[in-house]
Amino acid sequence: MKSQPVVLRGARVVDPVQGLDGIRDVRIAAGRIAAVGTDLTIDGAVPVDVPAGLVLCPGFIDMHVHLREPGQEHKETIATGVAAAVAGGFVGVACMPNTDPVNDHAGVTEEIVRKAVASNLARVYPIGAVSVGSKGERLTEIRELCAAGCVAVSDDGHPVADSLMMRRALEYVSMFDIPVINHCEDLSLKGDGVAHEGHRAAALGLRGIPGAAEAVMVERDVTLSELSGGAVHIAHMSAAGSLRAVRSGKERGIRVTCEVTPHHLILTDDELTYDTNYKMNPPLRSATDRDAMLDGLRDGSIDVIATDHAPHHTDEKAVEFDRAPFGIIGLETAVPLALDRLLHGGVISLRRLVELFAPNPARILGVDGGTLKPGSAANITVLAPEVTAEIRADDFRSKARNTPFDGWQLRGSVAATFIDGRVVYTNDAVPGVGSLDACASSAWLS
Amino acid sequence: MSAQSGTDSTLVPERVDAVSCLRSRHLLSIEDLTPEEILLILDTSVAMKEIGTRPIKKVPTLRGKTVVNLFLEPSTRTRISFEIAEKRLSADTLNVAGGTSSLLKGETLSDTVRNIEAMVPDMIVVRHASSGACHLLLDICNARVINAGDGMHEHPTQALLDAFTIREYKPSIEGLKVVIVGDLLHSRVLRSNILLLRALGADVWVCGPPTLMVPGIDRFGVHATTSLDRAVTDADVVMLLRVQLERMHGHFLPSLREYFRLFGMTTERLRRAKSDVIIMHPGPMNRGVEISSEVADGPYSVILDQVSNGVAIRMAVLYLLAGVGVGEDQVHQ
Repeated sequence: MKSQPVVLRGARVVDPVQGLDGIRDVRIAAGRIAAVGTDLTIDGAVPVDVPAGLVLCPGFIDMHVHLREPGQEHKETIATGVAAAVAGGFVGVACMPNTDPVNDHAGVTEEIVRKAVASNLARVYPIGAVSVGSKGERLTEIRELCAAGCVAVSDDGHPVADSLMMRRALEYVSMFDIPVINHCEDLSLKGDGVAHEGHRAAALGLRGIPGAAEAVMVERDVTLSELSGGAVHIAHMSAAGSLRAVRSGKERGIRVTCEVTPHHLILTDDELTYDTNYKMNPPLRSATDRDAMLDGLRDGSIDVIATDHAPHHTDEKAVEFDRAPFGIIGLETAVPLALDRLLHGGVISLRRLVELFAPNPARILGVDGGTLKPGSAANITVLAPEVTAEIRADDFRSKARNTPFDGWQLRGSVAATFIDGRVVYTNDAVPGVGSLDACASSAWLS
Repeated sequence: MSAQSGTDSTLVPERVDAVSCLRSRHLLSIEDLTPEEILLILDTSVAMKEIGTRPIKKVPTLRGKTVVNLFLEPSTRTRISFEIAEKRLSADTLNVAGGTSSLLKGETLSDTVRNIEAMVPDMIVVRHASSGACHLLLDICNARVINAGDGMHEHPTQALLDAFTIREYKPSIEGLKVVIVGDLLHSRVLRSNILLLRALGADVWVCGPPTLMVPGIDRFGVHATTSLDRAVTDADVVMLLRVQLERMHGHFLPSLREYFRLFGMTTERLRRAKSDVIIMHPGPMNRGVEISSEVADGPYSVILDQVSNGVAIRMAVLYLLAGVGVGEDQVHQ
């Protein structure tokens, strides 16, 4: 079957890499962006009029998710994870290595890649482990991991505690030009804490985790990045002190980048109850910390919004607060939350929002994408910034339901997701979105 | 020192808007109670205490009611106190202890409670090591739930019996300087007592080493100090909290010896307090750590009164929550 080109006509296109924000036509052929311009000729293509109010953006990438496969398929699988990703507007996800077995050798990476290709939805970028079994004792064979498809290394929830190992990891990865992603947390300061250390946790009788548990390790990693020249990326940053360290590092030209989750940008520990869907690590911080994160979005110190999508089975969360696993899911809520609270909330512009979701994660991970320049894969996130919809956990594509945002009414929705020119998701709640279904079969096969 | 008559002390000026029943079906936190409801429980306890002085210490009030004591964390005093209270009210009681329950076989708390609930108890009294464990029960069961201590969160009947004991010695709680000393950080007794004593207008001071101070203590509406001498000065009530021996492991304290030097309550230290000060301790006590034996067994100590009064308070709470009186609950049943 021969593919037929498509011209998406009259849509607002926001592409920060091209410095573009305006009404354009986009021609897609053989799964790639063929042209972006005004009044493009149809020239044998299928014309598709984009409904008013929709915005075409370079495909969003969530650089911090847990797909749970192999080993914990009762929580999530690669297939359900990528289905959730495209329903949330993401064309790519980077998955953390804390699977069972840990993604610490090429065999595991290859298995993840194979399943991701079979699922044929969002691209999956595996993150390999820094140390074997994420035990912090011996470096993994990072070249092998990269050859198999890993785009970064991280020991995820088992932060690299040993400073010498962190130094060596940063030195070693610099020859592959990939970052070490660190979940910064001094485990001795964390202790058996389960919530942000402060008045709210104290009133609930929950053991605290101070923001300093994160900030001391961010300070260390910035210093070690300077020493080694390796790139360090700070995962799910939450504390004002961490942001200060990152800012200071960036000012000195150190190769440090960072991400923040939607929940740390929106919720604070004031919202904390014994509902285990408010239990995550790092914990919901104080309003001061949250406000610092919003400042970081505005002034450019924060590079990326990533979800830390952490699926857990309902039974695992239906226990005493201190015994419940940390983490909430985010793939299907992140973009509506960002549109409602950050764009409409007046924190950042749409252009900046797109930067945080598309070109920046692509650049940090060194993967294709992040722009709609001609020649790029036609991976497109279509936003409907004015369409209000309710978050309904029961409708999620993810296997998991562990979200504190169930029932929230949010202004701003994902309208559709294109991967390689093919529409892989359309949102029925968005008026007129059905016209994009013409792209479901025509443009992607070549 | 001798106690004032309990009946006299119920005629306190705090009692402005008397109520006759509790709004909440459960008692998980002192926050579930209005000041009027706290006073209702304290007043009801006076009558309950009288039952304990009779030759036949039993009334038929809760006859036919089933009460399950689900004690999943070790407890002697509180469990016995609840059980005696239940028996004096003629309830059918049974005890489930952590060491003998299916939780040892890997059953979740939710499933354990669902199974108990299937046998239709009227009330469940819960002691659990996790803060908020009782809240987990609310979605599962129709039985009334009484928190008998959940982790570091609350121990509401302890705070009620403490208030009852104070009222036996003081005309009113309002305006009293009450000092709470010890391991503040890990204490559920502290959290319930702050809420209750503040609701009744006491001037609450807390004192302990910075390592065991509650984060955000300034937002609890109390005075916090590391100086025991300063805290005890002109105090009406001094309440000592147990310092757990296992706290040595989290670098909280260098030694019990040094703790006693800094925060142990001695006769000498007590001289700074008011002459009619009372000394309280929720137990179990570490003599020579948070309190000297001279103080624990001395004339100011009301520690054993607290234990006696615990039974009366628990009888009152069981009675008021059971809804067997002229509460709205009966109308809706």
